[in-house]
Amino acid sequence: MTDLLVANDVRKEFGGLTAVNDVDFTIPQGSIVSLIGPNGAGKTTFFNMLTGVYKPTSGQIVFDGTDVTGKPPHAITQLGVGRTFQNIRLFQQMTALENVLVGMHSRLASGFIRTILRTPKIRRQEREAIERARELLRFCSLRGRDDEWARNLSYGDQRRLEVARALATEPKLLLLDEPTAGMNPQETAAFTDFVSKLRSEHDLTVLMIEHDMKVIMSISDRVTVLDYGEKIAEGAPKEVQKDERVIEAYLGRAATA
Amino acid sequence: MLDRAGKWVRNAWVPLAVIAFAFLYPDLLPYLDDLPLIGTLLPAVGTVVIMIVFTMMAVGLNVVVGYAGLLDLGYVAFYAAGAYTAAWLASQQFEQVNFHFGSVGLAPTVPGIHLSFWIVLLLAGCFTALVGIAIGLPTLRLRGDYLAIVTLGFGEIIPQFVRNADSIKGFDLTHGAFGISPIDSPGFGEKLHDTLGLPLNYQQSSNRAELYFYTALLLLLITVFVSVRLRDSRLGRAWIAIREDETAAAAMGVPLMRTKTWAYATGAFFGGVAGAYYASFKGGAFPSDFYFNLSVFILCMVILGGMGSVWGAIAGGLFLSYLDQEGLAKIGTELGIQDVPKYNFGIYGLIIVLVMLFRPTGLIPERRHKREMEEGVHDTPFYDVQLEGADTDRDPADD
Repeated sequence: MTDLLVANDVRKEFGGLTAVNDVDFTIPQGSIVSLIGPNGAGKTTFFNMLTGVYKPTSGQIVFDGTDVTGKPPHAITQLGVGRTFQNIRLFQQMTALENVLVGMHSRLASGFIRTILRTPKIRRQEREAIERARELLRFCSLRGRDDEWARNLSYGDQRRLEVARALATEPKLLLLDEPTAGMNPQETAAFTDFVSKLRSEHDLTVLMIEHDMKVIMSISDRVTVLDYGEKIAEGAPKEVQKDERVIEAYLGRAATA
Repeated sequence: MLDRAGKWVRNAWVPLAVIAFAFLYPDLLPYLDDLPLIGTLLPAVGTVVIMIVFTMMAVGLNVVVGYAGLLDLGYVAFYAAGAYTAAWLASQQFEQVNFHFGSVGLAPTVPGIHLSFWIVLLLAGCFTALVGIAIGLPTLRLRGDYLAIVTLGFGEIIPQFVRNADSIKGFDLTHGAFGISPIDSPGFGEKLHDTLGLPLNYQQSSNRAELYFYTALLLLLITVFVSVRLRDSRLGRAWIAIREDETAAAAMGVPLMRTKTWAYATGAFFGGVAGAYYASFKGGAFPSDFYFNLSVFILCMVILGGMGSVWGAIAGGLFLSYLDQEGLAKIGTELGIQDVPKYNFGIYGLIIVLVMLFRPTGLIPERRHKREMEEGVHDTPFYDVQLEGADTDRDPADD
């Protein structure tokens, strides 16, 4: 299996704090990889480096054969990395449909003058984009919510809309930052199935930050554990579960004795 | 097909009626004057020209502030850039050269650059858009308040530059505090006058104000058309996405710098065209016209009308510029108080405060804000944190 994403010795320092400390990391094509670790372990920082929000202090990130280290977020999105956010960041004053359309930004073309004249080509493109957006909303179980304002959607729907919006960028790699946070057990179970469906139907590779062990154990092909910015374990869910350093990081030293 | 046409008329009849009324205004004015109460308050046609110019600027600024959410406190810089472009390209300012192209009412021997006014308008817009890009590239990396402060700086720099650039190593660029005048008249020349009946020369015409009025109205219509088309496009969505959440917009593939610069350039273009047109109407470009208060004044029009709303910017622009140009004085006379115009900015401030108190989303709110007012916002959580997870009275059916 080839690796879709390779991170070599990636490091991020904020002043004197080393948030991510020389982490090596790979995501094989077509897999679902989970990134776990206690709060403050550097998971989201790592995420933000993959998506270009932060520039690594040192190290290199290669996505799909292209060096993306330090590239701006929109360029990385265009190469095929879609993401959701830990605390939902929808465009509140836009409808669900418009949110998805914004996600398509880098997949649509429009000249300034042609936009003003609204040439047949632009019209057709818009029509097709709206059709595709409606399909995506249906796929994410948001049927009938198209013209609802994002801020008026229920919590679960907002989470799903974030995924729909990320899918609209036509990603090869989908990054989910704590997607089941705040969901009840039923919603979580439904979401887990949804992620599996995503991989099979959309031919996606998924990296997710997650705290819910049930979710991680049931769908991950591989789990990477960060603690204090360092990678302390990596492997199949079952192996990681038994790893002493992981148990220590989560439960403290006494528990391992 | 008929159905669609019917729907279009239903949606568009209010704007169409307003446009029709606007075009008929100079003809209707003599009759409207006789109306009780409001008759005496109606603005003269010449005043309406200035009102429209300001409204154009409000619609242009609305692209920057309303759509893209970039607080620009230096819009007057674009206005000045447009006015001076007109002055350079259609006056005797550069006596060293003698270049005529399509200008009206001038002997070919008159020195200076004299381009056709229509070309000047377009060039003024383009040049000002370039100024906008030049200002935007270093500043648009900033967010929110920081951007506002820097634009405030540019809004001060450009008028100061204009005031002092009368001897750049001996070269007189702006003629300093005196400004540049006269500026050539708009007009279509004899050929078009004879064949199509278009006006020959605006400034020497007996119905000068009317000619300027109709042209201004056309320019405003173009501005509004472009503004609406952009709003409902991929670019417009990207602007609103940036306004809502820059980080999320970038993560969705919206290039922040390029998209913001487009907003700036678009706003600057209209500011430039408005500036050039106003300079022509006034007959010159004078540095005393470009003061900081004007930036705030135009921003007030946008806020009063409703941020992001094109129709709001028009309403706000016409209303405030009317008060400024003629309204306050006329109302004062009606009430028998002489000094009303002296308190102009105090009165505008009071109006803004009142509107913000009673109608915080503006006179004609943007669709997005309007829904917020009507529907309210769901902000009741499912669980009460302080009571450790007790259910609140929020009904899931509401969501």
